[in-house]
Amino acid sequence: MATAAGTLPQYGTHTGLWSWITTVDHKRIGTMYLVTSFSFFILGGIEALLIRSQLAVPDGNVIDAELYNQLFSMHALTMIFLAVMPMAAAFFNWMIPLMIGARDVAFPRMNALSYWLYLFGALLLTSSFFFTAPNSGWFAYAPLTTLQYGPSQAMDFYVVGLLILGISSVAASLNFAVTIINMRAPGMTMMRLPVFVWMTLIIAFLLFLALPPLTVGLIQLLFDRNFTTHFFIPDGGGDPILWQHLFWVFGHPEVYILILPPMGIISEVIPTFSRKPLFGYSAMVFAGIAIGFMSWAVWSHHMFTTGLNPIPRAIFAANTMLIGVPTGIKIFNWLGTMYGGNIRFNTAMLFAVSFIPLFTIGGISGVMHSSPPIDGQHQDTYFIVAHLHYVLVAGAVMGMFSGLYYWFPKMTGRFLNETLGKWNFWLMFAGVNLTFFPMHFLGLAGMPRRIYTYADGMDWGFWNAVATIGAFTLALGVLFFIINVFASLRKEPTASDNPWDAPTLEWATSSPPPEHDFDVVPPVRARDPLWYDRDHGIARPEPTDEHIHMPPPSYYPILLAAGVLMLGLGPLSSLAVTALGVPVILYAIWGWALEPTH
Amino acid sequence: MRQFVGMRRAIAAAAFVLLAFGLAACSFSDAPQTTIAPRSDNADSIQSVYVIVFWLAVVVFIGVMLATIVFALMFRERADRQAKQFHGNARLEVLWTLIPVIIVVIIAVPTFNSLAETSAAPPEDALHVEVIGHQWWFEFRYDNVGGVEQVVSANELHLPVDRAVDFTLKSADVIHSFWVPQLGGKVDLVPGHENDLWFTPNTVGEYLGQCAEFCGDSHALMRFRVFVHSQADFETWAQNEASDAVEPTDEAIMAGQAAFLGNACIGCHTVQGTTAVGQVGPNLSHVGARTTLAAGIMDNTPENMANWIRNAPSIKPGSIMPAFPALSDEDLQAIVAYLQSLK
Repeated sequence: MATAAGTLPQYGTHTGLWSWITTVDHKRIGTMYLVTSFSFFILGGIEALLIRSQLAVPDGNVIDAELYNQLFSMHALTMIFLAVMPMAAAFFNWMIPLMIGARDVAFPRMNALSYWLYLFGALLLTSSFFFTAPNSGWFAYAPLTTLQYGPSQAMDFYVVGLLILGISSVAASLNFAVTIINMRAPGMTMMRLPVFVWMTLIIAFLLFLALPPLTVGLIQLLFDRNFTTHFFIPDGGGDPILWQHLFWVFGHPEVYILILPPMGIISEVIPTFSRKPLFGYSAMVFAGIAIGFMSWAVWSHHMFTTGLNPIPRAIFAANTMLIGVPTGIKIFNWLGTMYGGNIRFNTAMLFAVSFIPLFTIGGISGVMHSSPPIDGQHQDTYFIVAHLHYVLVAGAVMGMFSGLYYWFPKMTGRFLNETLGKWNFWLMFAGVNLTFFPMHFLGLAGMPRRIYTYADGMDWGFWNAVATIGAFTLALGVLFFIINVFASLRKEPTASDNPWDAPTLEWATSSPPPEHDFDVVPPVRARDPLWYDRDHGIARPEPTDEHIHMPPPSYYPILLAAGVLMLGLGPLSSLAVTALGVPVILYAIWGWALEPTH
Repeated sequence: MRQFVGMRRAIAAAAFVLLAFGLAACSFSDAPQTTIAPRSDNADSIQSVYVIVFWLAVVVFIGVMLATIVFALMFRERADRQAKQFHGNARLEVLWTLIPVIIVVIIAVPTFNSLAETSAAPPEDALHVEVIGHQWWFEFRYDNVGGVEQVVSANELHLPVDRAVDFTLKSADVIHSFWVPQLGGKVDLVPGHENDLWFTPNTVGEYLGQCAEFCGDSHALMRFRVFVHSQADFETWAQNEASDAVEPTDEAIMAGQAAFLGNACIGCHTVQGTTAVGQVGPNLSHVGARTTLAAGIMDNTPENMANWIRNAPSIKPGSIMPAFPALSDEDLQAIVAYLQSLK
């Protein structure tokens, strides 16, 4: 069947652009996710620096109101959907199959499709800067987003971009849920899964359940804007509050979708470098599951000020406070893991350990405004900006950096430089706190969010200046990381299979791993399999000459993604483009279905 | 020994940083729009919860930070150290499940109390004010003050001290939020909905407020202020605000009135007692008595007013009030003089 369309010879070319375009190897897809998401992380950072420059002094005039509003909206969209979520996906792609002892994900071509949809959706959303970028916040409250108050195409970019990214996320989350449940190595029971894998499984469920309400809202908004419906338009009998419910039913689980993977990462890093097992593994897992469940019952805490009755406010407040309990358990268990250890403080560990108190700041400020009366003063002020950035930057981003330092040797065979790493860490650590801690003060001093300017005499100037200095410090720290990556990639690969003496399966193969991940799928005998084998003198099984079947490359995923992109471009240009996209999609699905995979 | 010196230094440094931050936080009770210097029953109720939660947060933060630093220093890598291999401790885990539960209960009880207090029905004799959010200014409609059924004003809210005021909150376009931190928590102005809020200001003074929900281009420039007066001063203000606009007697000002009534101004603005009955923009019947212009973004001076009329969108991006490049300087100055006379 070598002549069948879309089929390249098995074990075909491994270099060149075409090999990347058609790859279905989870590791290469992971690398593409990582490079793309990091690029958008830089873009989101530049957006943030522009915002901070504008706010550095009262009555700033670096950028005007119109651009500012696009920048703060795009900063959130970029960081959430194009940087942090896909960076987690990069780690899932790279590490989940390796950590559970599999040779690839359950649906390798669908995995490629997820990546290409992400890339195309991200490029589409970002290209809006050439016209008018989304300018109503990432939360996009109607009716500001309706045609009457938002006549530019900004919100159409928002709708279409998020729809495409949503398909990507649903496909990826289903893929990883199926992979984790079905493709574990012999002996890898659910309660032996590494915590990072558990957190991935939890957020996979959160993702494909959370995205449908958002999708419904987005399509309603699309119809309101383009086909004269009135879902969110009060004059036509619609209700703008409906949008808020749909958005936050997605939006709050989304917060946990962003934070649970980094929590998983540091749950791998802290035991490895403390040289002892994770404290309270079961409690960690069940706390994660509890957070996942409870995340569905807290969304209205984003809406305490919208005129909700006191009873729902009390119920959502109680639910929100309760989520502090499993979160608290996690924090104590990380500390318990450090206790009694022989802790090696390299850069990965510094990032992981700093996560604990920094995330705690974001966690407790979250509990503070879970109280609706207090929220009446904090909602939409810089206090919330401080809170969410302590969770997402001091928490999620620091956790991701820990993962980058930890797994870089596995991914590339090379270590990141520790000296540059320390500079990277300490600058980011200082930058995060200088930027975001003063924002608590600004919030208490009554500074609202999303304002492009503020008057002199409000007493907000000093701490805003400090925050701006902090933001540039943070950026400098990230610059050290970039330098570190390029410098380290030029070095000889020196990483052994398990350079950190870590306990999990991804370290039971070469660094970087071969295309088929493991020569022999390693049997799992305990929760920390490599430590168990080490302590019991069990050697890794010898490779056999058994044929290992790997899926062939395919160009149908990118073709299908291109068809979906064309569907999406329709509302932005002409519906003819949408019409043209349909045959592309049908052809891609047809070819995909009939493509021989062995 | 060296290890403990390092630890002491770290703890001292942490204490210093905390103290500095604590002092900085306290200084914000003096900021003009502070959230932590309550001047009403509603704001007091919030503050009473906030204080409890704030100190709990400080305790938790210090606890976690100290534990992290102490463990990091105590158990850092040493050649002669072996990591203790243990997987957990049931008793400890139950304990630190209970700690957050207790904290949550301590927060929940006053929270529900405060919720009940602030959402109780307002007193019968409350002053009723309707607040309507517009892009980007606030309209205030007072019921039964100064001897008339309804008094319409904008951007500067006048209230009597020690009398409850019951707000009905609405929007004319997109979602806004009504927020005067020293007088109470914010409540959104949602088109198609009517929200409620009431509080009793307890101190005479001037308080700043600002729209707190992103509402488009000039969200940052949607500000207002609240003047809490003694009962007598409030009556004086209300009598004046309820009466028709002052009829000009001075000739220059009469020319200004003619220019005002002869131009596009009346399409959007009302001046009580004249033919200007527009409903789109703020009521200008007593605009000369206001301290600020354009929703609290600049002092009410003749120069600022002239600049505003000449080109409002250059001052407030996206403003519905257009620029008037064709208006003669003479007419502009006359209109300003007229409007300034409307005390």
